Amino acid sequence: MHPEKQTHDFEPKIIAFVCTWCTYAGADLAGTSRMQYPANVRVLKFPCTGRIDPVFILKAFQQGADGVLVSGCHPGDCHYIAGNFHARRRFAAFRKLLEFVGVDLNRLQFSWVSAAEGGKWVEVVTDLTEKVRAMGPMTEFKELAMEEQWSGAINTPELKEAYSQI
Amino acid sequence: MSRIGVFICHCGENISRTVDVERVAQQVGKMPGVAFSTDYKYMCSDPGQNLLKKAIQEQNLTHVVVAACSPRMHEKTFRKAVEAAGLNPFLCEMANIREHCSWVHENREEATVKATEIVGMMVERVKKNRVLPTITVPVTKRSLVIGGGIAGIQAALDIADCGHEVILVEREPSIGGHMAQLSETFPTLDCSQCIMTPKMVDVANHPNIKLYTYSEIELVEGYIGNFQVTIKKRARSVDEDKCTGCGVCMTKCPQKKIPNKFDQNIGMRTAIYIPFPQAVPNTPVIDRENCTMFKTGKCGVCQKVCGPGAVDFEQQDQLIIEAVGAIVVATGFDLYTIDEKPKGSLIKGYGEFGHGKIPDVIDGMTFERLASASGPTGGKILRPSDGKEPKQIVFIQCIGSRAREKGISYCSKVCCMYTAKHTMLYHHKVHDGQAYVFFMDARTPGKSYDEFWRRSIEEEEAVYIRGMVSRLYQKGDKIIVRGSDIAVGVQVEIEADMVVLATAIQPQKGADTLAQKLGISYDKYNFYSEAHAKLRPVECATAGIYLAGACQGPKDIPETVSQASAAAAKVMTLFSKDLLEREPIVARVKESGCVGCFACKKVCAYGAVEEKEIRDRQGNLIKTVAFVNPGVCAGCGTCQATCPSKSVELDGYTDEQIVAMIESL
Ligand SMILES: Cc1cc2nc3c(=O)[nH]c(=O)nc-3n(C[C@H](O)[C@H](O)[C@H](O)COP(=O)(O)OP(=O)(O)OC[C@H]3O[C@@H](n4cnc5c(N)ncnc54)[C@H](O)[C@@H]3O)c2cc1C
Ligand code: SF4
Ligand code: SF4
Repeated sequence: MHPEKQTHDFEPKIIAFVCTWCTYAGADLAGTSRMQYPANVRVLKFPCTGRIDPVFILKAFQQGADGVLVSGCHPGDCHYIAGNFHARRRFAAFRKLLEFVGVDLNRLQFSWVSAAEGGKWVEVVTDLTEKVRAMGPMTEFKELAMEEQWSGAINTPELKEAYSQI
Repeated sequence: MSRIGVFICHCGENISRTVDVERVAQQVGKMPGVAFSTDYKYMCSDPGQNLLKKAIQEQNLTHVVVAACSPRMHEKTFRKAVEAAGLNPFLCEMANIREHCSWVHENREEATVKATEIVGMMVERVKKNRVLPTITVPVTKRSLVIGGGIAGIQAALDIADCGHEVILVEREPSIGGHMAQLSETFPTLDCSQCIMTPKMVDVANHPNIKLYTYSEIELVEGYIGNFQVTIKKRARSVDEDKCTGCGVCMTKCPQKKIPNKFDQNIGMRTAIYIPFPQAVPNTPVIDRENCTMFKTGKCGVCQKVCGPGAVDFEQQDQLIIEAVGAIVVATGFDLYTIDEKPKGSLIKGYGEFGHGKIPDVIDGMTFERLASASGPTGGKILRPSDGKEPKQIVFIQCIGSRAREKGISYCSKVCCMYTAKHTMLYHHKVHDGQAYVFFMDARTPGKSYDEFWRRSIEEEEAVYIRGMVSRLYQKGDKIIVRGSDIAVGVQVEIEADMVVLATAIQPQKGADTLAQKLGISYDKYNFYSEAHAKLRPVECATAGIYLAGACQGPKDIPETVSQASAAAAKVMTLFSKDLLEREPIVARVKESGCVGCFACKKVCAYGAVEEKEIRDRQGNLIKTVAFVNPGVCAGCGTCQATCPSKSVELDGYTDEQIVAMIESL
């Protein structure tokens, strides 16, 4: 017996950026092992996490993603020797920026899933989907866009003064 | 305008059971740019592939998306089919709707929607795919072998026998490595010298082998098929062409008391020396640190007695450049030094066991030299301290190995067997002596290995005590060894005359430096890493570089030889073609945008990024930009994500392609 399929009001959109050697292969293994997980995730394959430009993450959020997952080989296991180290360093800096822009960092998940960890892939995807579902739709970017319009409209002398002092 | 063909596979029922494939085909068929969309039971079957080829030709398709299993399964299959129909193979993409969709979801509606989106995403991607030409690189059919132990010797002989030139580089004055030091070898007890020296002589005489001893690798440039290697040939102070190997110099050299490393420092040698009588080449070398001439400027006896005038105190180190197409790394192992902190450990080794302090506590390799007929004692087992024959001898296994807290968690693999061998050699030479062995487990998998180990107990009367030694100290001329026999549960104390420690096998010192020169990866102990632990055990992840022997992990001789021959076979496979084809997923620099910051060069683990000067017609330098060597680039794309001016692009994974995918969602 399958448990009653739950229906939710909100189905988050999750975009996953993964490397081909470890995490993509891990997700394939989850498939060949017929493990089940929420259908919310869309996977984009890269040769290495080192190729993942933080701009893609921004782009995904702009495009309406409610959660983004970046996953590659475990530290030390990089197929390309050290690509994942560079990625890790890059994303550490990027997280701060994202926080500054006003994105709740809980929407962005980094993980290491090896080609042997089909189970871990299922876990990571399920957890993120559930977490983001509980958080509700991602609205930060839309709000930001609104604010931008506002600041264009308010053009008082005080504000101009304040701007010139910055 | 693109005319994309989309082919949705049922995979029998594997996909169609959960995904409504017809609906996906219909939906995707409406996307702009899609000219043809269909579904079929088995796309990878012959009829499936024919359907694909026919559609490409009849429908004039420009791009193809096959929605089926994982690209890791069949991307090659479909790209080949597309190529056969006259399209560039890189204009075909796969959408994974099996492993990533139908197999992991049960709800048909959800799975169908997801599959449609996955296929849509790949349709948007493939629109941006460009024709990529296959990259071919020429192959230089010469190879370099680094390390002249049994691994390097075997690999060099195999490759040379196939008619290709081999450059063999050995750091020491002679080839032979550790095997040349052994007395007899398990599991057959044949004499190591007897089976080793003929091979060493074969190397010296082989017309296809160029031997550089007393030499090291200085620099490695280039890539598979096209390496440029700079070799530093250290000054021997003896002209190899003139020297006849008569050995007169060595008999006359006044410096006679220099510990010989080959004899584990228990035997002595002169300042001008060959490490052992069967050395290859048979040309002496002057150890400049200990030579009176180099220290005081006075002596030169060897030069005076040398008939052919081969001794040359002025000789300089030489740098030699060799072009090769493949590299076999066979740098072997070193033994764990008890008083040193192993890599990654916080505590020092086994100083409490007195190695280096109590003269009669020796390691396994020293025992080999004592037992060797050509060793410093002429094959007699004698104590280094007073030259007496030990009547009670204790062997302790797993010194350093399998001790996580001391930094080495692996098993050194050969010690159980060589300790069993040592008890036999001891019993053969000291008939009234008694050997004890402290051990944790006896690990003897291998042909005839367990039988060999049993023989040491049943026929050679070695007493095996399961347990570790807790304390060891000198008392008079005895060494007291205390430990516990955990099988019986009692404390034991043995008054030994000599103790032999089976110290762990470690990679050669400086293995990491060499790896960095070669651009190959290594594990936390500095053992070199193979591309795949099971399926590619002799290849490095770096193309064109292969591994043989104990530099990859502890190995005995049979395993080392097998791996060396396997590495040679891989080299021969590479040399069987004149041109090498490789996937064109490589980075390219847009020179107009490049600001020459070389951030890409810093992150590239393969050294694929070079500096290129751009000059005007008059030859004035305009700017220096980055250039990615397509032969070296592994296609990771790290440079692209790093480039601040967005001037590097990884073919097959361009920003355009990826953004198109994100925007489709
Ligand atoms: C005490 C003892 C007893 C053993 N007894 C047996 C036995 O009875 N039977 C058995 O099957 N196995 C035995 N073994 C194992 C055996 O010694 C190894 O399997 C074998 O020596 C491995 O060969 P190799 O060529 O990989 O390494 P090595 O023998 O270590 O050779 C490596 C060579 O590379 C050279 N080199 C290193 N670094 C560089 C560099 N940077 N540049 C150039 N050259 C370099 C070294 O000088 C050396 O000549 C024993 C090992 C020990 C420690
Ligand atoms: S250097 Fe001269 S003396 Fe020494 S072995 Fe060579 S030929 Fe003989
Ligand atoms: S793609 Fe990777 S391997 Fe190729 S040049 Fe860039 S960083 Fe180096």
